[in-house]
Amino acid sequence: MASGDVWILGANMTKFGKRPNDDVIDLAAEAAMAALADGGVTMADIGILGVGNLMNAGAGIGQQLQKQVGQTGIPVYNVANACATGATALRVAIMAVKAGETDMGMAVGVEKLAGAGLLGQGGPRAASDTWQPNGRYGALGSTEGRIGTNIMPGVFAQVGMEYGHKYGGTSFELFAKISEKNHAHSTLNPLAAYQKRFSLDEIMNDVMIAYPNTRPMCSGNCDGAAAMVVVSDAKLKKLSRAQQKRAVKISASVLTSDPWQESCQVLPDVNTLTRNAAEQAYEQAGIGPADLDLVELHDCFATAELVHYDNLLLCEQGGAADFFESGAPWRDGSMPVNVSGGLQSKGHPIAATGIANIYEVATHLRGEAKDRQIKGAKVGLAHVIGLGSACGVHILEKAA
Amino acid sequence: MAKATSKSAKKKSKADAKKTKNAKNAKNAKNTKKTKKKAGAATKASGPKRNGKQIPFVDYLVLGKTPYLRANECKSCAARFFDRRNACASCSGTEFKRARVKNRGIVTSFSIVAMGPQPYVSAIVDCDGTSVRTTLIGVEPTPEKVTLGMPVKLATYPMGLDTEGTEAIAFGFAPA
Ligand SMILES: [Zn+2]
Repeated sequence: MASGDVWILGANMTKFGKRPNDDVIDLAAEAAMAALADGGVTMADIGILGVGNLMNAGAGIGQQLQKQVGQTGIPVYNVANACATGATALRVAIMAVKAGETDMGMAVGVEKLAGAGLLGQGGPRAASDTWQPNGRYGALGSTEGRIGTNIMPGVFAQVGMEYGHKYGGTSFELFAKISEKNHAHSTLNPLAAYQKRFSLDEIMNDVMIAYPNTRPMCSGNCDGAAAMVVVSDAKLKKLSRAQQKRAVKISASVLTSDPWQESCQVLPDVNTLTRNAAEQAYEQAGIGPADLDLVELHDCFATAELVHYDNLLLCEQGGAADFFESGAPWRDGSMPVNVSGGLQSKGHPIAATGIANIYEVATHLRGEAKDRQIKGAKVGLAHVIGLGSACGVHILEKAA
Repeated sequence: MAKATSKSAKKKSKADAKKTKNAKNAKNAKNTKKTKKKAGAATKASGPKRNGKQIPFVDYLVLGKTPYLRANECKSCAARFFDRRNACASCSGTEFKRARVKNRGIVTSFSIVAMGPQPYVSAIVDCDGTSVRTTLIGVEPTPEKVTLGMPVKLATYPMGLDTEGTEAIAFGFAPA
């Protein structure tokens, strides 16, 4: 426990899926109470609260959560940062502990999305009688379909196809195989929204959403929450031996945004900022990709998973297709990726996702992942990206 | 009195225009016979007359004999933007000039978006160093017909007339 390190003391994610009887606050409270209990602490120990929620970003979900689990007067930061919202909430808690403002903080990410359909599907504009230029591009109507696509399934399909154009080796079948892997992994994760194994044929013949992604190759919107209690090493030393043994070290915590790239105004560039975040994270942690025992990365679509093998430096530049074909990212491979089932099976309650992926890695490092445990896991990486873009990368290490 | 009449006339023509729009939608959505019939009648009753004016679907499409896409180009680093910027996202320069984007390019990425009533091809086209987002036109939206690296060129097509008879023109890229 080097001075200045921040540790995960308690962590939890709710079962993801349809939760018709729970509202946003119920879900947030469930994860928060469980994370506190997991860490052996209560709200009275928490000095700062970071709360992520995208769909009700103006509603003060953090304060509503306090009313539900404990109003202690501590500062609350409600954050919204696209799909990286949860990781951003966690970064707020980590930064506050690092800055010495408090010795213990909590982050919660929560979303209710079941039945919301696919991400980012905007409605058409109202019709008028004469052509009226509207908005930043002076468009006469909705640009969706008229000027390509700007909604998630198509955008991320293009992200994968762009990789194929650049390096070759991709195909509809390859992308479908990535989905086959994640759905197979999900059968071992009781917290996943969907635990159904699909054959390659089933995936390829399912409803096409945006070629080359069929329905099982897209992340499902669902309800869920995740929470995490973080603690300074000075405070951790004063806690019980049992708490210390289960604590997980946050070796790196990084958040990046898009640096300028020529094509980023027409197709979001999810690559450069992820690569930057990964490089910074490896540097912070003092490790390399070869030291990782497992990775949870942001597979909002099967096409996205492929490019992030490369962006997170899990393979040679341009070698993502070969990396996948080698079997490396399967749970029994050399670099298990998304053993939780990934967002394609686990589900994607947006603001919870960026904490849930860290929960998954931490659970393996604690040796508590039961059926899906990656044996002897000591170091893991969690990645999340929100379009626009914001990328969070965290590297975790098992307590020595 | 005259004013009122002209107002109500305008109202009527507005209503007709809405019906015309409905007709288009109905056709697209392959709607019920009933809607089609009704819409057809409306179109016959009064269709807007061409006034000779055209308007581009987006302001960076420049119409004329040879239509082209126009970008705002940073004077210091030549980064291009289809919308306005206060400072260049690439170099922070604050001076821009208008630049003509090449009309030919190659498809560097695409997706066949199948969520609506009709599938369409969304593509990124590299026009000699300037990336353009577009819908591909004049090509069947199947993975057999659309390929990475295929050469394409800018093409325009009419979207229809408004109540004043102005014609909207949209762009796409078609196989070259
Ligand atoms: Zn510039």
